[in-house]
Amino acid sequence: MSVLVGTETRLCVAGITGSEGRFHTLNNRDYGTNVVSGVTPGKGGQDIEGIPVFNTFHNAVEQSGANTAMIFVPPPFAADSILEAADAGIETIIAITEGIPAHDELRVYTQIKRMMGVRLIGPNCPGVLSPGKANVGIIPASFFKQGNVGVMSRSGTLTYQIGNELAQKGFGNSSIVGLGGDPIPGTSFIDVLEMFENDDQTELIVMSGEIGGEAEELAAAYIGEHVTKPVVGYIAGFTAPPGKTMGHAGAIVSGSKGTAAAKAEALEAQGVRVGRTPTQVAEIAIEILGG
Amino acid sequence: MDLLEYQGKQLFARHQIPVPSGIPARTVDEAVAAAEQIGYPCVVKAQVKIGGRGKAGGIKVAANADQARESAEAILGMDIKGFTVHELWIEEASEIEAEYYAAIVFDRSARAALVMLSTQGGIDIEQVSHENPEAIATLHVDPLLGFQPYQARRLAFDAGIEADLIRPIGDFLTLLYETFIAEEALLVEVNPLIITPDRKVRALDAKVTLDPSALYRHEENAQLRDPSDEDPQEQMARDRGLTYVKLDGNIGILGNGAGLVMSTLDVVAQYGGEAANFLDAGGGSKADAITSAVEVICSNEKVKAVLFNIFGGITRCDEVASGLIEAFATAPPSVPFVVRLDGTNDAEGRRILAEAKLPGVHTASTMNEAAEMVVALAKGEAL
Repeated sequence: MSVLVGTETRLCVAGITGSEGRFHTLNNRDYGTNVVSGVTPGKGGQDIEGIPVFNTFHNAVEQSGANTAMIFVPPPFAADSILEAADAGIETIIAITEGIPAHDELRVYTQIKRMMGVRLIGPNCPGVLSPGKANVGIIPASFFKQGNVGVMSRSGTLTYQIGNELAQKGFGNSSIVGLGGDPIPGTSFIDVLEMFENDDQTELIVMSGEIGGEAEELAAAYIGEHVTKPVVGYIAGFTAPPGKTMGHAGAIVSGSKGTAAAKAEALEAQGVRVGRTPTQVAEIAIEILGG
Repeated sequence: MDLLEYQGKQLFARHQIPVPSGIPARTVDEAVAAAEQIGYPCVVKAQVKIGGRGKAGGIKVAANADQARESAEAILGMDIKGFTVHELWIEEASEIEAEYYAAIVFDRSARAALVMLSTQGGIDIEQVSHENPEAIATLHVDPLLGFQPYQARRLAFDAGIEADLIRPIGDFLTLLYETFIAEEALLVEVNPLIITPDRKVRALDAKVTLDPSALYRHEENAQLRDPSDEDPQEQMARDRGLTYVKLDGNIGILGNGAGLVMSTLDVVAQYGGEAANFLDAGGGSKADAITSAVEVICSNEKVKAVLFNIFGGITRCDEVASGLIEAFATAPPSVPFVVRLDGTNDAEGRRILAEAKLPGVHTASTMNEAAEMVVALAKGEAL
């Protein structure tokens, strides 16, 4: 299989008429993703190279049968767009937008959690790629092929770096899941660990974390209790000074909380091998898979 | 974005939170004029974004104009834990019967606002939280329901607040929560929250952190950003739309994507070097972003060598190479560069760089190799 996106994905893109939205939508379609529609209020009835545009998500779901949304609208409108997609019955919402206000994210997160059966990935994430099946987002798909390594990460380029090193050694991926660099991601490491654990195609899980929050510590505890597949870890930000936001809104060491050292230690305490460089992560993965 | 105490109090006052009246001052004369207007006794308070002002001598009571002048002269320009005092807040003196503590924090782990209340306020609240955490009553607020009156009462009772203060403290917390939401704060902290002899509640201090991502819809707050208090490189980077954090070392760093840049700092450290900055040129770094970035990095005089670590996804390596050539054409840097190009159009990017034969520019194919090279160059070693 693969997780979150695949051959059953029917994608609708919010912000399809913007230049970035259009560019990446067409990229995703070229890859083979089934892009069924887009939403831009006021531009219903138009089309983007044959992809019909609707005024509302409700219309898009009714008329194009969309089950997955990609959110590409600017930060002031992104929370509203996510809630609209969820209200219209979209099951998987992948939010690429960076810079959504924290309080908006908090309200959206809480509402989505209460709606059974809706999953939000991101915001501020590169999307999800299931090689050979579907690409939703901005991950450069050409670096990846189908295989047995599941990757989940809070950072985009770091994922490409690690994925590329695996690819050069001949390994491919079941799915690559960008969780996003914001303080309140819709989907956590734990959620995706559960998916990869239950996914037949995945034999090894790579998790790439970074400073800030305690998602990695919580994931470590979950791995100890529930995950039977091998997990290789990486944490970015060992040398980041406290109190400084390192690019991602969520990447900040507050006082003594959220340090890379604490996260690596928590993972290692559960038997997870943590690479000290992206290259080392790939080397450990290859060692485990017996390349 | 952190606010100064008086900015926080002015923000509180807009939401009817009781605060002592005061006037900000930037010079000794302004401070004396403010003191005359407020009356005596008044308090002269250093305005810096760091705790421990009182212990450092940054807060003084003045009983008359001479004392106000003396205090203002002593405090203006004072260094408090590395922060120079540029501004004062002259405030009416408050009579204090008790010092409490109240705060609301954006708790990302719990995915809810955390409200805290304690009767053991004052300067050592951090010690209280370590040694006697049960002295701080806490609860989380449902983001969709908001802070309920019963929660305010429960916190007050849990904190051991006396009966006559349950309602005023509850009202205070409700206003504090309204402020937290309306201004989109990540932190509002009041320490001390004082009780006056006539049993009134007042915020004697204010610590406020605002969400930088929300400033676009809070114009009044956005104007509180103080460029004079920012590092010159950080300011320059912001003007050019780059994400930059100044660090202590001597190796300038540029990468694309926050995670990759953080990782680059770590790898440089593993090879014995120390980064001078964090700079994320962004996901789709174009040539002009690269030229700006070189300018910002090299304006830091401590920089002895620069590392470009690019893994091209949306970013195209040929664009990065062209940007670098352009940067060298405008203002050739005096320090050596190591450039690692991998990913989208990497071969083309490397070819462009090789043909340009830029002085002092070395190329590397892996991140580790690049880090090793730049560390050697920063130490003045030959490759």
